Amino acid sequence: MINKQVSDAASAIADVPHGATMMVSGFGEPGVPKALLTALLEHGASDLTLIANTAGTGFTGIAALLQENRVRKIICSYPRCPGSVVFEELYARGAIEVELVPIGTLCERIRAGAAGLGGFYTPTTVGTRLAQGKEHRDINGKTYVLEMPLKADFSLIKANKADRWGNLVYSAAGRSFGPVMAGAATVTIAEVDDIVPLGELHPEHIVTPGILVNRVTLG
Amino acid sequence: MTPPQHAYKNRIAWRAAQDLREGCYVNLGIGIPTLVSDYVAVDTEVIFQSENGILGVGPLATPEQVCVDLINASHQKITVVPGASYFDCAEAFLMLRGGHVDLALLGAYEVSVNGDLANWSLDQPGRANTVGGAMDIAAGARQIWALMQHCRDDGKPRLVEICRYPLTAAGVVRRIYTDLAVLEIVDGCFVVKESLESLSFEDLQQRTGAPFTFSPTWKPLITPF
Repeated sequence: MINKQVSDAASAIADVPHGATMMVSGFGEPGVPKALLTALLEHGASDLTLIANTAGTGFTGIAALLQENRVRKIICSYPRCPGSVVFEELYARGAIEVELVPIGTLCERIRAGAAGLGGFYTPTTVGTRLAQGKEHRDINGKTYVLEMPLKADFSLIKANKADRWGNLVYSAAGRSFGPVMAGAATVTIAEVDDIVPLGELHPEHIVTPGILVNRVTLG
Repeated sequence: MTPPQHAYKNRIAWRAAQDLREGCYVNLGIGIPTLVSDYVAVDTEVIFQSENGILGVGPLATPEQVCVDLINASHQKITVVPGASYFDCAEAFLMLRGGHVDLALLGAYEVSVNGDLANWSLDQPGRANTVGGAMDIAAGARQIWALMQHCRDDGKPRLVEICRYPLTAAGVVRRIYTDLAVLEIVDGCFVVKESLESLSFEDLQQRTGAPFTFSPTWKPLITPF
């Protein structure tokens, strides 16, 4: 019998090694896998590369990992925002590497990673400094920039409900990066509010099919 | 009674809202644009998209209506209208980059005569830049309107020959709404469609960093507050 449920967040992330590349879902507060991030902090893995929308706010979640110097590099779109005090302090003294990626490009690079694509051409950033040094190509009279796929060792995502096969549904704007990051890592771990019996999630309503999810844990 | 702070922002938002047509899919950027939805007539169906994955964004949530998972891209707690839908960010940007969103209303530090938009970086050393969805939206929405103060706080113009700040996208802005005027960019020139009646040509020229012409259909810019 397939059962992807693991007992708790700590067990779910127990095999994250030092130096791992981690995707973390969330756009603002919704969609952040808080229990998995807390477990990762307690677990102690360091020298991490994070791929996320922001560099965290306040002193919990991603910000706590940054504050404890667990993160070597962050690939994100919106590192400086109200409350990003930990990141700004690290950045000001050159203690963290940042790769700034427009959010649409970030999603699509992750999607390309999950989808087995070698990259894609996008009109985003053409004519700006973020396109400098990148391959440009004219396609049907329009200029595009080549962007590369992103993959990770682990994707930590937050959903609303799962079943034991790892099928997922989300809650409102908590969806954001979850379905994109699922499958873009060697191991995708979903933190959920509820685990329901197999068959309870209607096939028409499932957003992330279980094939893209390796482990499920209650948040 | 003292006038509300930043009333000019509301006037800019009100004026832009009058030009939204029924059936339009619209993305509102951070800043003045987020105020626009307050001024769309209730019987006009304009569908607002938020890049965190919502079509059909409604008014801000009252304390009783708050749902923790329902926020807009500016992290404000919101409601949704009947017919709204949720989707992931890749699909949100498929809509934006793919030209499915009719119109994006964006804040701006500067706009140049050829429609270059600068709204993501003030280029301050030691200060991390943040880009969010600005470049995707500017490159992909079918039409871009900039909503902005006509001049900087120190009085220097924000409508310029060449942007001093790093570009968000080149040649994308079609229309500009400011506290002084409504302008269109036509063949690399600012054309003033409306401006405050109290401003002479010289007054407006002094506040604008590039030459402009008045449209043959020029009207005074009038707002109800």
